[in-house]
Amino acid sequence: MNLLRFGHVTAPVLGAFWAVIMAVTLAVGFSFSTGIGFQPRVLLSLIFGLIAGGAYLTGARQSVILVAMVVLGILVTLAGFGPIRVSGQGGSFLSVLTGVALGLAVAYPLGAILNEVTPGALTRHVFEEAVIRFLTGFGYIFFTAIVVIPFYVMVMTSLKSQQELLQNPLDFSIDLSKGTDLLRSYAELFADFNFGSYLVTSLFISVMTVFITLAFSVPGAYAVARLRFRGQAAFSRSILLIYMVPMIVLALPIYIAYSMTGLRNSVLGIVLIYPVTTIPVALYMLQGYFRGLPAEVEEAGLMDGLSRLAVIWKITLPLSLPALASVSLYVFMIAWNEFLLAFMLLDDPSKFTLTRGVAMLNSSEIPRQHLMAGAVVATVPIMALFLGLEKFMTKGLTAGSVKG
Amino acid sequence: MTSAVPPKGTGPLARREARLAWGLLLPTVISVSLVVILPLLAIFWISFKPIELADLRAPTPIIKESLRGKPSDVGDTGTLEYKLRNSSRDKAITGVTLTDMIPEGLVLGELDERCTVSVQDLFCDFGDLAGKQREKISIPVTLTQAFVDAGVHPKDSIPVMTGDAENILTNFEFSLENYARIFDGDEFWTVFWVTLFYTIVGTVGALVFGLFAALLLNKSFRGQGILRGLYLFPYVAPVIAVAFTWVTLFDPFSGSANALLLQMGVTQEAINFFGQRPLALIMVTVFEIWRYFPLSFLFILARMQSIDTDMYEAADMDGASPFQKFWYLSLPQLLGILSVLFLLRFIWTFNKFDDIFLLTGGNAGTRTLTVNVYEQAFAVSNIGAGAAVAVVIFGCLLVFSFFFFKYVSREEGL
Repeated sequence: MNLLRFGHVTAPVLGAFWAVIMAVTLAVGFSFSTGIGFQPRVLLSLIFGLIAGGAYLTGARQSVILVAMVVLGILVTLAGFGPIRVSGQGGSFLSVLTGVALGLAVAYPLGAILNEVTPGALTRHVFEEAVIRFLTGFGYIFFTAIVVIPFYVMVMTSLKSQQELLQNPLDFSIDLSKGTDLLRSYAELFADFNFGSYLVTSLFISVMTVFITLAFSVPGAYAVARLRFRGQAAFSRSILLIYMVPMIVLALPIYIAYSMTGLRNSVLGIVLIYPVTTIPVALYMLQGYFRGLPAEVEEAGLMDGLSRLAVIWKITLPLSLPALASVSLYVFMIAWNEFLLAFMLLDDPSKFTLTRGVAMLNSSEIPRQHLMAGAVVATVPIMALFLGLEKFMTKGLTAGSVKG
Repeated sequence: MTSAVPPKGTGPLARREARLAWGLLLPTVISVSLVVILPLLAIFWISFKPIELADLRAPTPIIKESLRGKPSDVGDTGTLEYKLRNSSRDKAITGVTLTDMIPEGLVLGELDERCTVSVQDLFCDFGDLAGKQREKISIPVTLTQAFVDAGVHPKDSIPVMTGDAENILTNFEFSLENYARIFDGDEFWTVFWVTLFYTIVGTVGALVFGLFAALLLNKSFRGQGILRGLYLFPYVAPVIAVAFTWVTLFDPFSGSANALLLQMGVTQEAINFFGQRPLALIMVTVFEIWRYFPLSFLFILARMQSIDTDMYEAADMDGASPFQKFWYLSLPQLLGILSVLFLLRFIWTFNKFDDIFLLTGGNAGTRTLTVNVYEQAFAVSNIGAGAAVAVVIFGCLLVFSFFFFKYVSREEGL
């Protein structure tokens, strides 16, 4: 550890690791955007990074180092010894581009990471700061990559044709000259697979679920939070306990009961069952919020002659509008994303919800881009809602959602 | 002078409040017990019964009525035929009878000995019907003017059938066969260890990655809000969409991940990520971590932002290094939320069904207990065995929640 905390060692080592990270990142990024093979080479990357890290120890100006590393990057890539090997189809233009990108991506952040790192022994503070900056840089790249790549693949696959997909699964570049033809999968989904109706069904079911859930959980949560009655503590615990019962355990008897009563394959059956799965969590979230409201306001209302129910309606609810928004959004999300019950209880294609409809697309006869287009159709509304109302959504997620 | 004594017992006001409370809770209590408590009891009941998917529909006599010989004019003769069969292959139906209305103007010939006619109603008694048994009744008929004028068909009136079959769901036969079956052999333990691996690695992984992500975003900079929103994507998107995306991405033939790895020279031939042991189990666990790290991240970030900054300033004055500050200040402060998250996520990951079901369908060594419920009940169509697995899951859940309430709820005031 002490040896590491020595400028002559720290800078090249961090530089070497950084170069490997950047080489892999750039190779993956370029491959996914062009479809041509880019191969990161660990050993050459390490050497490249060693040089870059060492350069910062010389005390040269950053601009000089940047230029030097870019030139070096271009030269070694063209010569075939670059940290990233561009496959034959690439041509020299792409090699030059790769070299430039590599030089910049390695040298520029490294300047920030190695800020204050000087030759000779380092203080613990300087060393750890440098390591933390290195890890932070890595973290941003890593998390952004793992989140973005699947969604990128989802959207891009839905815009391709079967042929293109089989030809080169890596090639996600889209041909803009095709115009609206790009959206063919979507047009087919809505025209041939009835996705318009699924969208409406899902929306209807989710909205109904939100309303029914609120109608049940608001009075319940108020009672648990404010009123004194015997069994209150036991009650709040059993809410949480019920919240932990796995759906698959309940799905079996529900399936049997629905088969016997003929509620299977009906939207009504789904609307009856979804709210019950969300009431406990909504009740739990709301009672937490109600407890946080000042009781004095309500007592003032009581003193002025309002009944309890009027107090709830006229005082508590208006005060808890933000919480109601969060809970509604969260419940909406659960209902919209629900898959298991829809999958088990709905067989009739005319009554599918969106998730059930997407599940139907997962067959060997239906091309992949349709499946991905279905996934996009299911994802976009909830994402739009999420991004538009992120504040409420985040609050809702934190308040009640250790559930998943 | 007597000293004031506080009132004992519940006064009328308190009683009224309690009444109101129960009134407000009543809808929730009723609906939740209908959909949660009742099914739970049902699961226990079913788990002791040797019941298969086909037994769900009680055996019924199925009737098919037809007018043969194509009679169309006055004086034509034909045959009115009733074909009857037991819908079940092995269960008997007792006391099977048929009642049907004969259209006006249709003159019946010689009747089957099991049937009688009173005015317009035909009544036949078949007695008991064994499993798979078929019966046929043919009655010669002659058409008259009234029948042709009315233009009705014998099939317009649907025959009313009666018959009792023993329903296996409601009788009082019990057996331990289902439990014997699921605990039999190595299969149960394989499933159990898979579940444990998935749950523990998935939970810890999601917590560690969540902590890392929270540390990254626990500072304000431009774009922090955007990144925070972005990192929540995996959790907010519908599971079905992201699961199928992963399946597409890691497809052994047309998946981009394989193409990428081949191009990079990491592997020489395509890897079947979701189709081979033990890689499939690792992949579904990675998916679990990927999908739920946002949740841990959100909780941990919220807790971090409420830590007092004074402490860090004091530590700075004392010359603590960044890692020391994390290890000696942040981590102890986060321990509470981390343990709550661990327990809750543990329970939820244990209960997880959709993700694995969509990714691998429980194949290639990824069958967890929850997937096993589905597998037994619907793939093998043995509902009883599925219910028995569900009871085992419920037992585990009770153990977990005991720990939860014992160690966690007090701390976080849940």
